[in-house]
Amino acid sequence: MSEQMIQVNKLNKYFGDLHVLKDIDFHVEESEVVVLIGASGSGKSTMLRCLNFLEMKNSGELYIKGEQIDPKKDNLNQVRQQVGMVFQHFNLFPHKTVLGNVIEAPLQVKKVSKAQAKKEGKELLEKVGLGDKADDYPARLSGGQKQRVAIARALAMKPEIMLFDEPTSALDPELVGEVLQTMKDLAKEGMTMVVVTHEMGFAREVADRVVYMHDGKIVETGAPKDIFENPKEERTQAFLSSIL
Amino acid sequence: MYLNFVNFWGSLIESRGIFFEAAQMTLALTAISILIAIFIGLMFAFMKISKIKPLEWLANIYIYVVRGTPLIVQIFVFYYGLTEIWMISGFWSVALGLAFHNGAYIAEIFRGSIQSIGKGQTEAGRSLGMSNILTMRRIILPQAFRRALPPLGNQFIIGLKDSSLAAFIGVSEIFAVATTQGSNTFDYMTWLLVSAVWYLILVFLLTLAVSAIEKKMAVSD
Repeated sequence: MSEQMIQVNKLNKYFGDLHVLKDIDFHVEESEVVVLIGASGSGKSTMLRCLNFLEMKNSGELYIKGEQIDPKKDNLNQVRQQVGMVFQHFNLFPHKTVLGNVIEAPLQVKKVSKAQAKKEGKELLEKVGLGDKADDYPARLSGGQKQRVAIARALAMKPEIMLFDEPTSALDPELVGEVLQTMKDLAKEGMTMVVVTHEMGFAREVADRVVYMHDGKIVETGAPKDIFENPKEERTQAFLSSIL
Repeated sequence: MYLNFVNFWGSLIESRGIFFEAAQMTLALTAISILIAIFIGLMFAFMKISKIKPLEWLANIYIYVVRGTPLIVQIFVFYYGLTEIWMISGFWSVALGLAFHNGAYIAEIFRGSIQSIGKGQTEAGRSLGMSNILTMRRIILPQAFRRALPPLGNQFIIGLKDSSLAAFIGVSEIFAVATTQGSNTFDYMTWLLVSAVWYLILVFLLTLAVSAIEKKMAVSD
């Protein structure tokens, strides 16, 4: 068995009285690409946000690379360095240049030298196809470019896991492709990825495993081929026929 | 009492020496009190957003008291209160009184601008492994300060004009010099208008300075 990058046991999450995650069992293996699908309100984004502690679970166990994480005792800042995150609305730092965004955390958190951070930052920007934008401010970029900068920024911390929270949902349709391509390249390099998305084409092509969530529960999980062509659960069938 | 315009221009030019000195006093009073007020304002803004109840209450009481009482009362309380305990000059007691006063308004300006920065910015910082304090210092505050600048500039102007109340404590700033001149010459109107011109010049310079900073911070647009 390959190493478990993420292991979640009986995870529960409440927003006030609202029970949004119900006894979730979930795992991600090394280099695996797992895509979470489901209607809005199904809990998939909350689930993703629990994985880097932007949301705190109410009960259950969470292991990152085999180590159980206790938010009260463990240094979450260190945990988060291993778990990069890309947001729906990019959340670039508007007061910093593109390169400034990418090198901020390596400089401030990892205390990498400025020369080193800049060199690595520029390499990352080249990798996402934005080498020429290093000195521009985010306000001057398109949505697709912003999201690729956000991916480069997350990668700059050299995470072992990348979380994507609807990375293309805020983009104009013609800009979706460039972001998905960047993610595909990343998957090919063997990055462990958990992706919340409505892009079923991406799920079909890139995912090793697709997880369908409904009403705070994992209803069905399997290879994309099985989920899309032979969903076992009625709920999954209904969801897929409503969107495909 | 009527205004003799020839007299006015003549007085304005002839008195430039003493008013230049008075203007320096006004500026010193304003600069010192605003600097301390920014420090106080930041501190109380953090207390208000700290989610630590006693600190929130303390900040709320402070802001309530400052906003609920006249500045002249605050200045006299500082003057009589401080000179009682300390060997402190009239200048410093007014400076501290003005700082205490402006601090409350600046606290609200900072609180508003910090809270206006989207939650996504904090989440982006935290998701990169930055601590809460580091995220506040490197990500939130620079953006919040930029948003705070226009209302802050406004407050600086109010602070500059309010420093005229120092005249009642015997600090020789612009308004004090004007009233002294007025009582010496029995020509109050001329000297009040001379003081008004000096305030207009100072406010103009302050406005220029603030918009220069605003422009400098707008490079990322």
